[in-house]
Amino acid sequence: MTISWHSYQADAYFDELIADNGLPRPGAETVISHFGELSDAEIEARKAAAEAEILSMGITFSVYSESEGSIDRAWPFDIIPRTIGLREWMTIEQGLIQRVKALNRFIDDIYHDQNIVRDGVFPKTLLADSKNFRPECVGVDPPLGVWAHVCGSDLVRDRDGTVYVLEDNLRVPSGVSYMLENRLVMKRVFPELFENISIQPVDDYPSQLYACLASLAPPDVDYPEVVVLTPGIYNSAYFEHCYLAQQMGAELVEGSDLIVGDDDCVYMRTIEGLGRVHVIYRRIDDLFLDPEAFNPDSVLGVPGLLRAWKRGKVALANAPGAGVADDKVVYTYVPEIIEYYLGEQPILRNVPSYRCSDPEQRDYVLGHLDELVVKPANESGGYGILIGPKSTRKERDWFAEQIRKDPRNYMAQPLLILSTAPTLVDLHVEPRHLDLRPFILSGLQTYVTNGGLTRVALRKGSTVVNSSQGGGSKDTWIVNDDES
Amino acid sequence: MTMLSRVAEHLYWMARYLERAENTARLITANANLILDLPKNIRPGWESLIAITGSRELFSEHCPATNESSVIRFLIGDQRNPASILCSLRFARENARTVRDIIPREAWEQINELYLRANDHLANGLSARRRFGYLKDIILGVQQLAGIAAGTMSHDAGYEFYRLGCNLERADMTTRIIDVRYQDYEAEVAEAMRPFENILWMSVLKSLTAYQMYRRHRQAAVTRLDVVEFLLKDRAFPRSTRFCIDEMADCLRNLPRSQKPLELLGPLDELIDGCCASTLAQEDLHEFIDKLQIRLADVHTAVKICYFEASVVGEGGATSASSQAA
Repeated sequence: MTISWHSYQADAYFDELIADNGLPRPGAETVISHFGELSDAEIEARKAAAEAEILSMGITFSVYSESEGSIDRAWPFDIIPRTIGLREWMTIEQGLIQRVKALNRFIDDIYHDQNIVRDGVFPKTLLADSKNFRPECVGVDPPLGVWAHVCGSDLVRDRDGTVYVLEDNLRVPSGVSYMLENRLVMKRVFPELFENISIQPVDDYPSQLYACLASLAPPDVDYPEVVVLTPGIYNSAYFEHCYLAQQMGAELVEGSDLIVGDDDCVYMRTIEGLGRVHVIYRRIDDLFLDPEAFNPDSVLGVPGLLRAWKRGKVALANAPGAGVADDKVVYTYVPEIIEYYLGEQPILRNVPSYRCSDPEQRDYVLGHLDELVVKPANESGGYGILIGPKSTRKERDWFAEQIRKDPRNYMAQPLLILSTAPTLVDLHVEPRHLDLRPFILSGLQTYVTNGGLTRVALRKGSTVVNSSQGGGSKDTWIVNDDES
Repeated sequence: MTMLSRVAEHLYWMARYLERAENTARLITANANLILDLPKNIRPGWESLIAITGSRELFSEHCPATNESSVIRFLIGDQRNPASILCSLRFARENARTVRDIIPREAWEQINELYLRANDHLANGLSARRRFGYLKDIILGVQQLAGIAAGTMSHDAGYEFYRLGCNLERADMTTRIIDVRYQDYEAEVAEAMRPFENILWMSVLKSLTAYQMYRRHRQAAVTRLDVVEFLLKDRAFPRSTRFCIDEMADCLRNLPRSQKPLELLGPLDELIDGCCASTLAQEDLHEFIDKLQIRLADVHTAVKICYFEASVVGEGGATSASSQAA
């Protein structure tokens, strides 16, 4: 028995690899034919090999439990790659660059003259109520004028194949280490596939990230000391913090390792004494960064860090306050933001959205709660969301009340029918829903990962791709479709 | 390669807790054997172990009765006793977890499994019949870890901190054992015990796995004075105080900025040199060992200030350190 593509049914959805006529999409031909030729025994062997690789590389994510402390779980991985044709990808890449450029301009403007508010494009009230607007950051000029150095934007595809940006993660987006490890696993398990097609490499991300971070160092520094600041071993992304630090040859530090001196410079405590730190890739949320400036109870942060940053003695990536643009309601303004700052039409589309702050749109949302997806402005990781068609009456009533109480904090979107890709389920293939998180680096230069992290909902019919809720991942191949 | 103070500190404490667990396991094993060898009226009992581990107050607070089972439970599995074997292994594991990316994978797995096994089979440790195997497993587990560390970890600054912690804890534990045993047997039962002196001091040696080595190096009878001399001064036996101090000096010489803690080792060495067990009266020996322990604690403090607390207490604060960093 081999995989039978003829019985693969993804009719109700847009499938990433197989077109409606049952033929492979551009770029997917080799993958489809190769997997179709593998025997069951071979598929099982490859699957086992991939799982063994994942275990031996120690690719894990942590789940914290009261009884057993932190448990590392192996990262669920599907061996059938998700392919995207290079030509389509180049457009997406341009769209991402455009988007992040505009968002950085927006953040910089918000913390300076607020021209966009003055010109009536962006309402002042939204800013006043924003949970991620940091008054402490007003007037600060971060290096190169960039605030969001590392952005992870979630892309989805609807039934008709249109690519939408679902959200932009501008605070501390994670997942890039899985993208890198997935590729390593695939290269070891399916080397023959890499010989036969041109797949765009992803391995240079750590050096691109290092270059981006180093470009933020104060100008008089020849050899900048770059560190990765982690909340510690109990953070679910600790594996990634370790991984990136190792790959960049940067020190992995915790808040207690750093100290701000009387000269407002940041130092790390080493056995040789104090060593100056120039750039901090911080993986700690704004409010925990500096107990002096923000949450006084934070033990994760470094007292005085914000002061050091404001005086330009240290660069923080991402800059504090960058999250102001990482707000689901601000998201609805991104097309306007792109037009306002760049004078261009957006290349990538936003999911059509209703703003509950607008009375007319709010009425529509309240009348159609059973069809829409309602999102609070400032949650991440899929928390606090109402999925209308799957909701109960009680849940809808609760959301209606919340929306009336605090309309600015909610937006709604029609439920997208996410695209699928063939995924191995007990030696045959079934369609499973997925999304894509590319990472965009903005420093002296802009860099977009070739593809990104494809997250797949492994449960049948599910559209929840989060690893904590039954999600897994696939390697993402940007394939040169001109060659095949 | 930079070594963060925090990482160095975790490696140091990981080693200390592991060493502590091993030494406590040795102590219990030796005492149990000793009790079996002595006539009922002069059996030393188990209180002395509480004294050796320096937990008399804590013990009397939690355990109303002093008997074999209460002492054993307290020393092996009591979560309220931070020096119990189980707590020591747990602390070692928590320290190791934080530096997982620095230590070899096998080392982490070994520590993790050692703790889990010790915890799962705690009942064996409390049972007189199965205790020996349980404690042996812990001793060998820690020894195995020392092998993994020596054989697979880069012998860089991190390894030196591991060795430093191990030897400081070991030196401290050896002086404790000498002190308490010495007191025990010089008390009023001394006369009744005289015929058993040989056996008693053999048990001291055995608690440190020193019996065979002692025999090889000193073809003398097992007497109190000879044993004390051997355990304090022998240059070749790895659990003697002198040997541990030599090791610590070696570690420190391989580390940067080690002048201060190294300076404290010299007088310690002289102190041991100057000690002549045969001329020391009972109280004097006790005082002498007190002095040794205080000096060892001073070394720990100096290491802590020098390496783990960069700038917090250092004179001049961060500003002076910035010129040092430049």
